[in-house]
Amino acid sequence: MLTFDDVTLSQGAFTLRADWQVAPGLTAVIGPSGGGKSTLLSAVAGFLTPTRGRILWKGQDLAGQAPGGRPVSMLFQDNNLFPHLTTSQNAGLALGPRLKLNDDEAARVEEALSRVGLTGLGGRKPGALSGGQQGRAALARVLLSDRPVVLLDEAFAALGPALRVEMLALVQTTLVAAGRTVLMVTHDPRDAKEHAQTVVLVADGVAHPPRDTAEIFADPPEALRAYLG
Amino acid sequence: MIPAGLAAALILALTLAPLAAVGSRAEAGAGLGAGDWAAIRFTVWQAVVSAVVSVGLAVPVARALARRRFRGRGALVMLLGAPFLLPVIVAVLGLLAVFGRGGLLNAGIVALGGAPVSIYGAGGVILAHVFFNLPLAVRILLQGWLDIPAERFRLAAQLDAPIWSLLERPMLARVVPGAALVIFLICLTSFAVALTLGGGPRATTVELAIYQAIRFDFDLGRAALLALVQVALCVVAAVLAFRLTVIEPVGSGLDRTVARWDKSPWDWLWLAAVSLFLIAPLAMVVWRGIPGLADLPSSVWAASGRSIAVALGATVLSLALSFALALRGGIWMQGIGVLPLASSALVMGTGLFVMVYPFVNPTRLALAVTLAVNAVLALPFGLRVLAPAVRDVREGYGRLAASLGLTGWAGVRIVMLPRLRRPLGFAAGLTFALSMGDLGVIALFATDAQETLPLAMYRLMGAYRMEAAAGAALLLLALSLGGFWICDRGGRIDADL
Repeated sequence: MLTFDDVTLSQGAFTLRADWQVAPGLTAVIGPSGGGKSTLLSAVAGFLTPTRGRILWKGQDLAGQAPGGRPVSMLFQDNNLFPHLTTSQNAGLALGPRLKLNDDEAARVEEALSRVGLTGLGGRKPGALSGGQQGRAALARVLLSDRPVVLLDEAFAALGPALRVEMLALVQTTLVAAGRTVLMVTHDPRDAKEHAQTVVLVADGVAHPPRDTAEIFADPPEALRAYLG
Repeated sequence: MIPAGLAAALILALTLAPLAAVGSRAEAGAGLGAGDWAAIRFTVWQAVVSAVVSVGLAVPVARALARRRFRGRGALVMLLGAPFLLPVIVAVLGLLAVFGRGGLLNAGIVALGGAPVSIYGAGGVILAHVFFNLPLAVRILLQGWLDIPAERFRLAAQLDAPIWSLLERPMLARVVPGAALVIFLICLTSFAVALTLGGGPRATTVELAIYQAIRFDFDLGRAALLALVQVALCVVAAVLAFRLTVIEPVGSGLDRTVARWDKSPWDWLWLAAVSLFLIAPLAMVVWRGIPGLADLPSSVWAASGRSIAVALGATVLSLALSFALALRGGIWMQGIGVLPLASSALVMGTGLFVMVYPFVNPTRLALAVTLAVNAVLALPFGLRVLAPAVRDVREGYGRLAASLGLTGWAGVRIVMLPRLRRPLGFAAGLTFALSMGDLGVIALFATDAQETLPLAMYRLMGAYRMEAAAGAALLLLALSLGGFWICDRGGRIDADL
């Protein structure tokens, strides 16, 4: 369980409150732009310290843990791969801060790459991959790391609609199936509707508790109705 | 890898300790003689004239470059960056070949029945300064022109409004003072040009006076006093320049032109004139140097070896220091990074001379001191290149690296160094070329046993062995530009961006 215990996040005059828990599975984070969706994820990743309250994983306070030391993997809108490293090296960074892998690790990297459909492409650098393949390579790295919380901060926003659906399906069959807690910021309500189990609405300075996807779209609260239009 | 604190301490020590030494040794009581005051007046006067002439000529040239598209424009813009890498002594030899007594210009004047003109003295000093700084001024002003949004030119053309008073004059009013101050500052610390083309009571700079006080009179007290004067001049100019502008050694993004509807045929004349002014001396260095190569004394080859070793050492040290400062970042590191601009080769040299003199014969440390001084003096330029690049990498990949636990040395090794290959290569090339061509502090310290290539070349010129000097000039030119090319190229090959 990822727990926001009476958390307040502040950035200048902007504040965001959250006080709830989220279970394993895919949770979509939606809401108007500038509402604080990315701010919420930044706090989980350790890029932003809450001004009040605690963020806990399995009952343990994450405060004071460096971003690299948290049980959290994160994918950003872009720059998820280092262009000067090969796909294998990029994915292998999940196993530790080194570029040379032993045979066992190399086999694990290769297996992860084949699970996202990049068999045999490990030697290529990101520049030689298509946009969709780059997204897959980044997913392979997340798969390889054994961190139970995954944050997707509009990670696939730059892809076309078809590719995005493909990536979300891949997230389902790999990360969600493995029991990870995935928080996904998205601008497209359809992403949430069609893929997420639960939805967190972020609006008016509040990150609302997660609700069942079908339920919340069937009877949207006022803030969501305003956002959906 | 050097920790930032250590790097900062080293730079502070190398900049401030010589100043302290100079300050403790300066004999204020002795005062400045008439010759010293003349040197101060000449230094300021020639720097003002050089700056005004360089910027004044740069205005029409930059405007022509901004509004004309032609084949070879890219090459011309690149050529404008070359003087920064050019050893001063090589350029002086080239200018002598064009404007000197036996040069092309005088040959023409004599053929037409006129009296030959002399390049030596104030005129020659200013000519050389314009040769070096006109290109810099053109690049700064060209950037100013390109910063004017293209839409404004379209709007002005539509309204049939006067572009000069509406767009260009306001831009120049903003850019020209900074450009002029930067050039003024560069010319204030002129040593090698004054050494070779100036001299005498009417064309001696403070830097040259320091050199003469140590080298000929062995008057350390007066040298130290002059060094303090030099520092005062530099600090005033540097503070002014720093408030007005950023020093951009070699800019980029100058390769576009804006569509314009006001073009003057004079543009071509200006472009041809500046090309000729820059190319002719370089062509003469190559032309006269080739036969001289066969005639090179073996001492020149030994000097080349020393020069390369010193330049490599200075490059490694300078890059290690500027990389450490750039990684740490922040206002203090920036401040320490520009501190060397307030000093000069001869000031640092004098200070170090005063410091080591009681213990060892300074000539024994000539190469080590030259290496250290070159490394520190090149540091502001390296930092100018590296600091923004480090910032870009942090912005693009900082969060990814942090979330993967790539911090500390792992972050430097896996993320920073590979991402910074281009700017590192460029900065290394810059430092190598600057250090390779340096004729400053080495002249203060060296005897024959430690002479570097620029010094060996200067001595050949002094001995009127012009053939051998021309050969040495070509060798020096090739080594400086070749070294720059190798470093810069090394940063680009196979760099995935």
